[in-house]
Amino acid sequence: MAELGVYVSRVAPKVETFLPGHRACIGCAEALALRLICKALGTNVIVANATGCMEIVSSQVPYTSWGVPWIHTLFENTAAVASGIEAARKAMERKGRIPASNTKIVAVGGDGATSDIGLQAISGAFERGHNMIYVCLDNEAYMNTGIQRSSATPFGASTTTSPPGKLSTGQFSWKKDMPAIAVAHKIPYVATACHSYPFDLMKKVKKALAVEGPSYLHVLSVCPTGWRCPPDLAVRVGRLAVETGVFPLYEVENGGYRMSVDFPALKPLTDYTKLQGRFRHLSEDMLAQIQARVTEEYQKLKEKAS
Amino acid sequence: MAHKAGMEVSMAVSEVVALTDTDVVAAYPITPQTHIVEHLAELVANGELDAEFIPVESEHSAMSACLGSAAAGARTFTATAGQGLELMHEVLYVASSMRLPIVMTVANRALSAPLSVWGDHSDVMAVRDTGWIQIFTENGQEVIDNVICAFRIAEDRRVLLPVMVHLDGFNLSHMIEPLLFPEHGEVKDFLPPNNYPLPLDPRRPVAMGDFGPPVIYTEAKWAQEVNLQKSYDVILEVWQKFADKFGRKYNPVETYHGDARTLLYITGSFSETAMTAVDSMRKAGQDIGLVRLRLWRPFPFKEFRKAVKDAELLITVDRAISFGGPPPIASEIKAAIYNEPKKPKVVSFVGGLGGRDIHVDGFETIVQRGIEIARKGSQNEYEIFGVRE
Repeated sequence: MAELGVYVSRVAPKVETFLPGHRACIGCAEALALRLICKALGTNVIVANATGCMEIVSSQVPYTSWGVPWIHTLFENTAAVASGIEAARKAMERKGRIPASNTKIVAVGGDGATSDIGLQAISGAFERGHNMIYVCLDNEAYMNTGIQRSSATPFGASTTTSPPGKLSTGQFSWKKDMPAIAVAHKIPYVATACHSYPFDLMKKVKKALAVEGPSYLHVLSVCPTGWRCPPDLAVRVGRLAVETGVFPLYEVENGGYRMSVDFPALKPLTDYTKLQGRFRHLSEDMLAQIQARVTEEYQKLKEKAS
Repeated sequence: MAHKAGMEVSMAVSEVVALTDTDVVAAYPITPQTHIVEHLAELVANGELDAEFIPVESEHSAMSACLGSAAAGARTFTATAGQGLELMHEVLYVASSMRLPIVMTVANRALSAPLSVWGDHSDVMAVRDTGWIQIFTENGQEVIDNVICAFRIAEDRRVLLPVMVHLDGFNLSHMIEPLLFPEHGEVKDFLPPNNYPLPLDPRRPVAMGDFGPPVIYTEAKWAQEVNLQKSYDVILEVWQKFADKFGRKYNPVETYHGDARTLLYITGSFSETAMTAVDSMRKAGQDIGLVRLRLWRPFPFKEFRKAVKDAELLITVDRAISFGGPPPIASEIKAAIYNEPKKPKVVSFVGGLGGRDIHVDGFETIVQRGIEIARKGSQNEYEIFGVRE
């Protein structure tokens, strides 16, 4: 699959609805992920976007990077806004006010909008069963506002609100398992993905499109600015996140787990961490502690998928 | 033809919302709750209202779902009260700034702490500046009539703004009153289908809610303000059309013996009690009348100035405290008449907080005290009525 990556530009759908001209940072792989997601979504969608990097870079009055209907209102309410759009179209289609359309409502938020401030609204939308896709573009901190920690920031990472110091070794908590929270709502489809595996990502978007009811895509999105890695290595860092088992790719269809890519042996954690300034301060001991946790979690996941 | 029925005002609101063929209701039954949400759920469950009922997990999400629904072009309703309105707070600004025609009834309640589910106007005053059109009501009939008018005002292409219809918690929301209900066909005639100009629709993509840098923000806000001011004429027009069709006429400022030398100002349902007090004081030979605002936003400056210009004394009663400042409505009233060459003296009271009633004799006491303060020529910013110290 990794080798196929070089053909992405030729093989991927030609449709572009996340258009060039936006103001994302150099090497922003979140914008890459969103572009790929939009290619797979096609044009029969309405996007509700939480406040965050992708909202800011794609929308300054009077410009827009969006080729599909798009709405941004606030930070924490995107799943609720999407719920309202879905219900509105359902009612209006039933009453014959608009033609039947099979339009998919897609909510897009960052990791802060998803696993912190917007969690309640997402939980509500999943529980109510709206026909929508929720996409979390996870760059593992509040990057747009200056790299503050979120509950999706990995253990040990340095951010502006989890700085290492005499009494601190960086982020003090383990990354919140947002996909597991989505799975706990017993929604039909949950998947993790990464821009560095473009075909896998687009396949999962297509699957989510076909699902009747809520689906959740958790997409790791490398942020060279916040992760302090060279912008030209964003795709490689994403691939290493998967190859080291730090961010495994899997799907949960109607509660059944399946690994999307698997490796006979995981690469050592340090292959991933050494490329990123946010982990530079970590001691051997701490790296070993993280490695042990990664290995253990990966094994648990494989057991679920077997 | 209209039919008369005795019904709890909350349930009557739901019945009238059903008459408007609302497409989406997103609501949360927060404490303090009213029967508006419950009865709407029941009407949808029985197929009496063909709408999507979104039982959201919070008031914040209720208003957020309303944003999405209205942006998609659906006729959208929600109801809230007290704490719920406060939880919606930031979303309210988005609804008006993005020109989304949502209608909401607010059963006005006190705010915690201490926890109080009872009525006053603390919740309304906290959302004064959110850019919504806001209408106060005095009795159940005014509530249901104005809910119908609210949809027509909100969805008018010249307006496209959200509208709040305020009804006093308990004193109105939980009262059973005899009410005149219009027929479905009559409401349909009065209220054209919602035709939102640029809904979210894949057939014609639009981007809504872009961020606005300093180069555009002032212009965007000014456009919003001009638009809200201009909605005034449309509101009057809708009330007139409502009067033509249904025979009940509403005005931005209502008066009762408005030519009296002393005027009592009170908002909402308490004005009915106050009118009884006015009657009894007039019988005793006192030259007293009543004035109240029906339209809170946009503020009816011209009509209000006209209504009070010949009075010598205006005694205001607010049902909310602005801590450390003047009572909120009194302060707006004073500001509105400050530059007038001919204006009444204003003496201010706060009362009726957290469900504390003001009875007929209470209003009489307030008026006598007001006259006394005016005669002596001194008053603190305001006095609180009926407090045990």
